[in-house]
Amino acid sequence: MPLVIPPVALGYVLLSVFGTRAPLGLWLAHFGIRFAFSWTGAALASAIITFPFQVRAIRLAVEGLDSRLLQAAETLGAGPFDRVLNIALPIALPGVIAGAILAFAACLGEFGAIITFVSSIPGETRTLPLAIYAALQTPGGDLEAARLSAMSLMLALAGLLLAEFAGRRARQFAGL
Amino acid sequence: MSIEVEFRHRFADFAFDIAFHTDATGITALFGHSGAGKTSIVNAIAGLFRPASGRIAVGSRVFFDSEKDIWIPPLRRRVGYVFQDSRLFPHLTVERNLQFGWRRSAAPVPQEEFFRVVKLLGLEPLLKRKPRTLSGGEQSRVALGRALLASPSILLMDEPLAALDAARRSEILPYLERLRDHAAVPIVYVSHSLGEVARLADHLVIVKEGRVAASGALFDLITDLRIPEATGEPPYGAVLATTVRRQLKEDGLTVLSFAGGELRVPFLPYPEGTRLRTHIHATDVIIACEEPRAISANNVLPATILEVRERTDSHVDVRLLCGTTKFVAWITRASCARLQLAAGVQVFAIVKSVSIVPRPA
Repeated sequence: MPLVIPPVALGYVLLSVFGTRAPLGLWLAHFGIRFAFSWTGAALASAIITFPFQVRAIRLAVEGLDSRLLQAAETLGAGPFDRVLNIALPIALPGVIAGAILAFAACLGEFGAIITFVSSIPGETRTLPLAIYAALQTPGGDLEAARLSAMSLMLALAGLLLAEFAGRRARQFAGL
Repeated sequence: MSIEVEFRHRFADFAFDIAFHTDATGITALFGHSGAGKTSIVNAIAGLFRPASGRIAVGSRVFFDSEKDIWIPPLRRRVGYVFQDSRLFPHLTVERNLQFGWRRSAAPVPQEEFFRVVKLLGLEPLLKRKPRTLSGGEQSRVALGRALLASPSILLMDEPLAALDAARRSEILPYLERLRDHAAVPIVYVSHSLGEVARLADHLVIVKEGRVAASGALFDLITDLRIPEATGEPPYGAVLATTVRRQLKEDGLTVLSFAGGELRVPFLPYPEGTRLRTHIHATDVIIACEEPRAISANNVLPATILEVRERTDSHVDVRLLCGTTKFVAWITRASCARLQLAAGVQVFAIVKSVSIVPRPA
């Protein structure tokens, strides 16, 4: 669903729902929970933006699951919960892990939703892309921007390697 | 332990009307063409397919009775199902696969029995491996072990050898024979191979287009000429229950007795009284109208022709009665016409000793 929504629009929607003067935001404030202009809000926005990646990955993994294996488990005396826990989940695990890592990678690049919802507060909600943008807006910040870009590139590469490694281990575990 | 299967069901393009009953311990073979509905019958016994109406019972346990509204779900039926595509769990080791049903069994077999089955199937060296690394034959053996160890009340095998080449098949067949002779569990065995059926089954159910064409003891039914008619293949021949009668040391022969006569076969290293399942293929039986005197074949059996059926433009199937035992001969139409063979004619069935295949039973 949010795969086709512009991130800025999503950020605006979040702001008008969780904003400091929006009804839900006011209500949550009673419990000391604040999303707008805080790092938790950045996390929430990233989670929603990358939700479709995760759902797609899990769905593919579950659809790829061989229902004949579940039948076999049933004839061997495994109930519904038993079958999900001991057959479906372990076999779908590589897909779920791949989805999580992909979602994490997508979060690293998120810009629009975060800047709209939680702004770009140094030390609180300034993510790497936001910091790069801020550096470019500052006179003489070119070097800073280049450093940050190199850092994000390295992070992305590390993430890719981790995904590869984790995926391989999970596939091995699932016996695929 | 009896097996009672009776159900009707209609799919868009296929209708089932199945009814058979066996008292057989040992192996009941469901035999027929692929697409005849054999797998659906086994699925109905396992509870993976619910027919519209009917009754399915194994021993005293009723799995399904549409009139009394009884339906036991698969996980409580305790059937050991060996699927055609072994369906091992890919994320578990062989050992964990074997333990899957064992741990979930209400009355699991003791640890010693677990290892006995592992040994019987030759699985010890495989226990720590994952299914993906196993050969087809090894996978079949693990699937068989997994089903056996779930302490099933009935064992269902859906063409467990179909995916294997001839070498692997002959590797597994002895395990199945041992299982038939030592396990107390009744077995339903699906196959489209007459050779397998002849070697393993005690009871035969012939399935054709969703119906039971014939059902009976293997020794009787294997010579039934409806089988080649149903399959379009040559008749198998005869399977005889034989006993080692005496050894003719100086001739290098062993004499086997069967209901209706004796057979001389090349020497077999079994003591007198050993029971053997002896196969005489239809292509190995010669029919003579007069008793031949100077002939190399050691077995000349007086017989009466029961039935002659034209099979193709060139072949006829002849069914013979020798004592109380039936044989089948596959001969040319030309020979049949020349000898004027017909039901009731007295003849001699000639079988070369070297063509007879006795196997332990």
